[in-house]
Amino acid sequence: MNQATQDPHHIDVKEFHPRARAAISDPKIRQNFRKAMDGLITKRKDAFEGMDLEALRELGANIRLRALANLPDLLEQLEKKLSENGIKVHWATDGDEACRIVRNICVARNAKTVIKGKSMVSEEMELNHYLEERGITALESDLGEYIVQLAGETPSHIIMPAIHKNTGEISELMHQTTGTDLSNDVEYLTASARQQLREKFMNADVGVSGVNFAVAETGTLCLVENEGNGRMTTTVPPCHIAVTGIEKVVGNLEDVAPLLALLTRSATGQHITTYFNMISGPRKLEELDGPEEVHLVLVDNGRSSIYQDDELLDTLRCIRCGACMNHCPVYTRVGGHTYGTTYPGPIGKILMPHLIGLDEGRHLPTASSLCGACGEVCPVKIPIPDLLVRLRQESVDGDKLNPAKVRGHGAKRGSVEALVWKGWSWMHARPGVYRFGTALAARLRKLQPGQLGGWTEYRTAPKLAAKTLHERMKERGQ
Amino acid sequence: MADPIKVYPPKPSHVYFYATCLIDMFYPDAGMAGIQLLEREGVKVIFPEDQTCCGQPAYTSGYHDEARAVAKAQLDLFPEDWPIVVPSGSCGGMMRKHYPSLFKHTDQEDKASGIAARTWELTDFLLNVCHIHLKDLGEPTTVAMHTSCSARREMGVAEVGPRLLGQLQNVNLVEQVRAEECCGFGGTFAVRHPEISGAMVSEKVDALTDTGAGAFVTTDCGCLMNISGCAEKNRKPLEGQHILSFLWDRTHSGSGRES
Repeated sequence: MNQATQDPHHIDVKEFHPRARAAISDPKIRQNFRKAMDGLITKRKDAFEGMDLEALRELGANIRLRALANLPDLLEQLEKKLSENGIKVHWATDGDEACRIVRNICVARNAKTVIKGKSMVSEEMELNHYLEERGITALESDLGEYIVQLAGETPSHIIMPAIHKNTGEISELMHQTTGTDLSNDVEYLTASARQQLREKFMNADVGVSGVNFAVAETGTLCLVENEGNGRMTTTVPPCHIAVTGIEKVVGNLEDVAPLLALLTRSATGQHITTYFNMISGPRKLEELDGPEEVHLVLVDNGRSSIYQDDELLDTLRCIRCGACMNHCPVYTRVGGHTYGTTYPGPIGKILMPHLIGLDEGRHLPTASSLCGACGEVCPVKIPIPDLLVRLRQESVDGDKLNPAKVRGHGAKRGSVEALVWKGWSWMHARPGVYRFGTALAARLRKLQPGQLGGWTEYRTAPKLAAKTLHERMKERGQ
Repeated sequence: MADPIKVYPPKPSHVYFYATCLIDMFYPDAGMAGIQLLEREGVKVIFPEDQTCCGQPAYTSGYHDEARAVAKAQLDLFPEDWPIVVPSGSCGGMMRKHYPSLFKHTDQEDKASGIAARTWELTDFLLNVCHIHLKDLGEPTTVAMHTSCSARREMGVAEVGPRLLGQLQNVNLVEQVRAEECCGFGGTFAVRHPEISGAMVSEKVDALTDTGAGAFVTTDCGCLMNISGCAEKNRKPLEGQHILSFLWDRTHSGSGRES
């Protein structure tokens, strides 16, 4: 399967394996991701040099935990403050409702063109697709998103959407779609895109952006970006619509500084991004620029069901830095599109099952060696490996003491596998049976099959010892 | 994740040795080496005969009822208040980090937490509780090391292996590129996602081979089985050994490696 040509709106998440195999045998995908991830790992490390990273992560985790503990109150406060600031607040239970809200605002303004800053929630909503089908043009203005849109693809990384492409591929794409010259000069390519986008900014009726932090006490929307397209999107068109998940709220303005310090360093290894926008309302009478209208669409889309569970709740701490994918040995091998989900990599594996159902996303939690690199770098200390194990349990209804509750749970429970584990458990819970069985296996080791499914495709079969340690200790008189 | 602060106990008179099923069946030499290293430090080693498996394979596969049944059978093996030492970061991690949550709200909750609190990864125990001093009797050699992800991140003992090897005068330890990256074992992950696991282990074999050492040691038998098996399949000049076997082989005055 060619990753680049599959229809991004009709991906079967369950077809993870064929996509993984295709990605792994594609040297270009392997090379592009490895090179990019190696670079990001180094940059992050350098950016935290000389800082007490553990203390900062602890602080970041506590800020997010505190915000989540007070989420209902903070959301109420946020709505009140935003309204006072002249920002209209909308609530959406799912992606479709959020799309409808955005469209209705557009229709009310007779808006035909939308320019977009980077927003993963809008990807989650499939907003572009929705608007296009209803005659409203949505153009991505973040360079990576712009490239992905030109290619008719979806982002392969939450921070660097076009990271799966190298300069040559981007040059070729831009040449074919926008008529730029073929060139490996990144500055030339960037300047060409910039020129094309400038014009669109001036003519756009509505700007749509995401939100990194929504501050409840002041009613401020914070937006982190590097290209200035976020500022253009939120200030040039006469109407700005911000879309975000309900979990992005923080209590106080002072909560923002530590989270920002963690976010930019974890994401791109930057001490600070080129732009940091704090949006506190539409243009005031005495002001010369800024939008006439500002809206915020708060999207639930499965988040409040995550919120109901004390353990799963940790998923909502995420500040979307992407460090977990940058450090993930699986993501590095298979790339973002293999997951077939809006959010790829470790955070995708623990978040997407709630958004699409664990039946649909049943393979996601299994695609991990549980190496723990993701949890180790997470700036807000989300215990990602523990949550993966929890979702594995949910996907097979594996714990009678803690019944599964995620939508679509139990879909992965197969009768053969369940029987294998029952048999395994029966033997290992009976020491006598275990000793007899393992000693017998040692005697019969010459009969051991040389082929063991997927294991021996890449390795020789493990070799049983002539005597078990139990036997040797018995001989020793212990 | 690793404890922020680890409080080591004083060196005890006795320890319980929890061998793990992989060592029991595939690498008993490594188990014997661990036992002999402990005994040489003057610690009496108790090997509970009824030990089987910590339950981790079922646990990480999501079959927690089955994991709990197996883990429960281990809980009564350690009646005295002695430390439990495990020659594996992975199984040690299961007992230390996951037993308490596995038995939460059950009658075994306290027992499981008690066991968790006195479970130690064996190399960590040798270095930081026994304060072992190794005297190298072997020929000069060069070796690379692969620390398992569970030893590194769950048990927080990434420094321990290199420090132990550093005590050996004639051993030159070389570092592989991307030393912190997983070898791709991950228990059932290697079987469920053979292509991804295969890609990971192939690159790990390359990284270790490229050190030029020709040999590597590791803290965990899962990694050992994975990396050595891949090297053997691809006829790479790379020999793997459990770090305990390596330490014992180089420091005891017998005829070399037991078989």
